[in-house]
Amino acid sequence: MTDIPSDTRTAAPSAGEEGAARRARAAVSPADPAAERRRARRSRRYRRDVRWSPYVLIAPFFLFFLAFGLFPLLYTGWASLHRVELGTPTDMEWVGLRNFSRLLDDDFFWNALRNTFTIGVISTVPQLLMALGLAHLLNYRLRGSMFFRVAILTPYATSVAAATLVFVLMFSRTDHGMINWGLGLVGIDAVDWQNGDWTAQFAVSAIVIWRWTGYNALIYLAAMQAIPKDLYESAALDGASRWQQFRHVTVPSLRPTILFTCVVSTIGATQLFGEPLLFSQGASPTGGSDHQFQTLGLYLYEQGWFNQHLGRASAIAWTMFLILVLIGLLNWVISRRIRRNA
Amino acid sequence: MAGTSGLQEDAMRYRTRTPRRRAVALAAVAALATGLLAGCAEDSDEPGGSSGGGGGDGGGKGKTTLTVGVFGAFGLQEAGLYDEYERNNPGIEIKQNSVQRNENYWPALLTHLSSGSGLSDIQAVEVGNIAELTGTHSAKLVDLGRTQGVDKGAYLGWKWQQGTTKDGKTVGLGTDIGPTGICYRKDLFEKAGLPTDREEVGKLWAGDWKKYLEAGKRYKQKAPEGTAFVDGATGVMAAVHASGKEKFYDAEGELVYKDSAGVKEGWDIAAQFAEAGLTAKLQQFQPSWDQAFANGSFATVTCPPWMLGYIKDKAGDKGEDQWDVAAAPRPGNWGGSFLTVPEAGGSKEEAAKLVAWLTAPEQQAKLFDKRASFPSAEAAYDLPEVKNAKNPYFGDTPVGKIFARAAEGVPVQPIGPKDGIISQYLADTGMLGVDQKGTSPDKAWDKAMKTIDNALDQ
Repeated sequence: MTDIPSDTRTAAPSAGEEGAARRARAAVSPADPAAERRRARRSRRYRRDVRWSPYVLIAPFFLFFLAFGLFPLLYTGWASLHRVELGTPTDMEWVGLRNFSRLLDDDFFWNALRNTFTIGVISTVPQLLMALGLAHLLNYRLRGSMFFRVAILTPYATSVAAATLVFVLMFSRTDHGMINWGLGLVGIDAVDWQNGDWTAQFAVSAIVIWRWTGYNALIYLAAMQAIPKDLYESAALDGASRWQQFRHVTVPSLRPTILFTCVVSTIGATQLFGEPLLFSQGASPTGGSDHQFQTLGLYLYEQGWFNQHLGRASAIAWTMFLILVLIGLLNWVISRRIRRNA
Repeated sequence: MAGTSGLQEDAMRYRTRTPRRRAVALAAVAALATGLLAGCAEDSDEPGGSSGGGGGDGGGKGKTTLTVGVFGAFGLQEAGLYDEYERNNPGIEIKQNSVQRNENYWPALLTHLSSGSGLSDIQAVEVGNIAELTGTHSAKLVDLGRTQGVDKGAYLGWKWQQGTTKDGKTVGLGTDIGPTGICYRKDLFEKAGLPTDREEVGKLWAGDWKKYLEAGKRYKQKAPEGTAFVDGATGVMAAVHASGKEKFYDAEGELVYKDSAGVKEGWDIAAQFAEAGLTAKLQQFQPSWDQAFANGSFATVTCPPWMLGYIKDKAGDKGEDQWDVAAAPRPGNWGGSFLTVPEAGGSKEEAAKLVAWLTAPEQQAKLFDKRASFPSAEAAYDLPEVKNAKNPYFGDTPVGKIFARAAEGVPVQPIGPKDGIISQYLADTGMLGVDQKGTSPDKAWDKAMKTIDNALDQ
């Protein structure tokens, strides 16, 4: 409570304080019109400064956002209403909402949507659960905790391309693949990971899980360290076991953080692209010979950059955007309910 | 009171410092904004400037700078051809802009062509893209057929035609081509009881891909443990398709992929290869395919001249003298490029002259000698660099003669803008499933057709 007034003071001195300062100075030199004018000018300049400086300071972000965020977004929307080919991007033919309506009976689109959803579930759920567990473990007093914390973040810092390449080798069809070799040791026949529907989705999810678990764990860890120690102490006094403490103290306190990671992971899962692209042989945009692991992002890429239909690709992009808006609304509703319950 | 004076002081300091601070902030914003604009502008201005501006004042020494846009290790520079041209033409300076992969190079070239900026004076184009270029962008390119020193008769007819539009404007001059033969493992053939001499091997399947299939069945009966006759069904399909009179387009430029006899033949033969278990179930240019060269897991592969270097690279010392090259059942073309001159360039005449020189038989022969890019100019086949060329890794095979014979047998096949897309889908979503998953050929065909239809629908 005590530092809040000092904050406001340094951030923006109020007009009242400024007025007081002027009065104090006016008392020193009662009549000096030139100085008075100078002061008035300065004060005007000052007021303008206070008023406009914040805008100037945030302008760079918004300029960039305008150029690389909003403009492409709107232009994509415009393109989605046209027949446009990559080879002749200036040649646009108005088709109205046809690019959207055709998605309704586009089997490849529904397949991609289904895949995006299932891969999203198989990758996000275990990922967040594991992250929560890892964070809980790292929250204990550990020897070399710094090392572990950095270590779990390294997958996040690895490039998708490098990670996926390694996973492709691990999930290789032949007995040379490390996973099939391991399965062979326990007497299970080699699995053709890439060509099976579920196995391929599982393999793609494995890459996602590997890359993002540590990142989420660190977010959870940060939130856990903000939980007051006395909560645990009183829980312990009440005779709560560690598991009970985790369930009844840690998890409820983490609720907003968990919601945040859920939203971020969902957005990430909706836009999943690099992993399935590189997981397929020859970086083909089809996501396997049956499109078995083609996500929405991949289908968008296939339509735009492989089939060269920018209009159709733009429509998919906007559909993805609308799906994300829906998810955002859902998140808003849920978080409001959580806040009300709390 | 102390509090107030503190406030006052703060306010004063704040005020006296703001103009400078604001100036800094404004300057930062201005710098960012101009950077942003410049960043956008540079993209279109700079390369145009370097090419267009090179008209006569480049370098200030009266030198004309010509820029050449290529993809990958194209070979012209590596073979020393630019240096030689610069020596013979003191007023010319050549600069090369290279993009690593054609998948990135080609879309950029398309956008540059449609905006008329950012182009090099000379732009290379891969054969897979040449039909789209002649079909939709020929108005933006110089007619090279009329350039002085270009002799139509020196080139292979089919290559010349690929770079020419329907109304006879030659916008691309051929550099190299990829006439196909069959590379085979002599040691594996011997163990399987097949002939090993390249003439006899060629006779095994001369003229008919079905005979190639029969040879595969013979191979399988006595196949050495852990080896297959070919690398994969998709490779066979592509080879058969390349060797037919008609592929995905007919002579009028109409799409006929659904009922073209050539497409059907390739599909059926490749499916029989898969169903008879004659393939190693590999997809070309994948790590597992590379490994298979080193392990010797298959006995034959369709190979254009440029593949020889690839095999040598992947099979390594262990594979030396094991491989040889025989004639294919029917030769086709696999790969190759063209050089074009955009109309928007600054020194079109000089650029066209350079293209004419670079694609002349003598230079193509040099390129073959240094970089193994096979000449598209028929006249080069009688030059010693090609005629006497032998490949020591392949047991001194007379590659120049073998591939020259193949090049002359390559059919004149109509090509179209969507060839690349169709053939990739036919393989990736069709034949690959037959080969690797055991999908029935009919089902796989329907699936591939559905994907192709969706892909072609604008």
